[in-house]
Amino acid sequence: MEALKQELKENIIEQLNLEDMSVEDISDDEILFGGGLALDSIDALELIVMLDKNYGIKLTDPKEGRSIFESINTMATYIQEHRSK
Amino acid sequence: MKKVYINSISSITAQKTFDNSEFLDEVIIHEDQVIFAVEPVYKDYIPPAAARRMAKGIKMGVVASKLALQEAGLEQVDAIITGTGMGCLRDSEKFLSGIIDNDEQFLTPTSFIQSTHNTVGGQIALELQCKGYNFTYVHGSNSFESTLLDAKLQLELDEAQNILIGGVDELGDYTTKLNKIIHHIKDEKTNSNNLLDSKTKGTVFGEGANFFVVSNKKQDTSYAEVVSVEMYNTLSQNDVAKTALNFLKENNLTVEAIDAIILGNNGDVEFDGYYNELTSTAFSNTQQVCYKNLIGEFFTASPFGLWIASKILKTQTIPEALKRNHLGTASFKNILLYNQYRGENHSFTLLKTC
Repeated sequence: MEALKQELKENIIEQLNLEDMSVEDISDDEILFGGGLALDSIDALELIVMLDKNYGIKLTDPKEGRSIFESINTMATYIQEHRSK
Repeated sequence: MKKVYINSISSITAQKTFDNSEFLDEVIIHEDQVIFAVEPVYKDYIPPAAARRMAKGIKMGVVASKLALQEAGLEQVDAIITGTGMGCLRDSEKFLSGIIDNDEQFLTPTSFIQSTHNTVGGQIALELQCKGYNFTYVHGSNSFESTLLDAKLQLELDEAQNILIGGVDELGDYTTKLNKIIHHIKDEKTNSNNLLDSKTKGTVFGEGANFFVVSNKKQDTSYAEVVSVEMYNTLSQNDVAKTALNFLKENNLTVEAIDAIILGNNGDVEFDGYYNELTSTAFSNTQQVCYKNLIGEFFTASPFGLWIASKILKTQTIPEALKRNHLGTASFKNILLYNQYRGENHSFTLLKTC
C-alpha cells in the first residue's frame, strides 16, 4: 500500500506538471481538490485517464470521482480494490 | 487617417534581449543546428499555478506581452493580435505522440487544450481579462506582418487606440528532426559568425517571442511610426529589387532616403539570393543589417527585425554585430525591412522616426 501511495504521488506530480512539488510535499490525507495543491477540473480529467491507463479502472459515474480523488489515501484504497492491472 | 506608432517593444530570443535596457551589448555566439531562446525567470512573471500547464512558447509569449505592456504603461489594450507559424508545437507533438503511443486510447486533455495556435493570444487575454478583439494569424513567415497590418488598419481608422501585437514560435523536438531530414535545417553545426556566408543548403533554426504595443497615440517614449506594410505570397528573385523600389515610391521615398535596410538572410544558399539581389543592386550603398545569425530562423523571426529597427530609430545606433556592411551612417530616419522564407511570403515594412 505504501509503495502504491508513493507511485501515485510521483504520477500525480508528473501528470499534472506540479513542477515545484516533490513527493514529500504531498501528505497521504491532504485534500487534493480545493486544498493546497489547487487542482481543478482539468486535473480531475487527467486523473481519470491515469486510473484507466495505469490501473485499468474506468470511472463511469463522475460522482464517484469526488470521494475517490479526495486524498492519496482514498485513491490508493480504491485502486487496490478495483485495479485490473 | 491616424498615424500608427510603436509605443513599446519586448523580445525573448536566443540573445539576452528580454532586458530592454540593453541593445545587444553582449552577443551570444552559438554553434549548432538549432538554437534555443534565453529564457527569463518565468516565476517572476507568471504564477506557478498558471505556468504549470504552459509550454515554452506560451510562457515566452505571455512574458513578452507583459514586458511590452509594462513599457507602454498600460494595464489594458483594445485588442490582442498574435502571429505564429507553427503554434504551440511542443503540446501538438505531445498530443499527437500520445495518440500514436497509446493506440488512440487514454488521451489527456491538457496538451490538446494547449496545442491550438491561438493559445498564446487566449492566455494573454485571460490574464488581462481583455474581452476585446483577439485574433491569431498563421501564415508562414508572414504571420507577424499580418498582425501588424491588421493592427495598423484598425488604428488608422481609430477602431482601437492601443493594440498588443506579437509573434511567437517554439522549437519542438520531433519537428526539428523532420526539418533536418528534409534539409531545411543545415546538416552541419554552424557558428553564428559564419552562418550568413555559409554556402550550404538550409539554415539554423531558432525560437522566440517578440511583442509590441502599437497605438494611434504618440508618446514621448514612442519608438517609431509604422508607415507601411506590404506582403507577397510569391515573388520571383528578379522582381525583388523592382518591388522594393515600387514600395518606396508608393510611400514617396527613394532608395537614397533609406538609412538602413534590415534583411532576413538566414545563410541558406538556395534562398539568400533574394536578399543579395537587393544588397548588390539598389541598396548597395545603404547600411545593411542582418539578425537571423544571432537568433536563428523561425516563422516569426521577422518581428525581431522590427524590434531592431525600433531600437535603431530610438537610439540612433546600430550594434556592430548586426552590421552587414560598414557605411558609417550617422543618423537614421527611415528604415526598410524585407523578409521572406524559402522564397515565399515576402514582406516589406517601412518605419520612420517619430
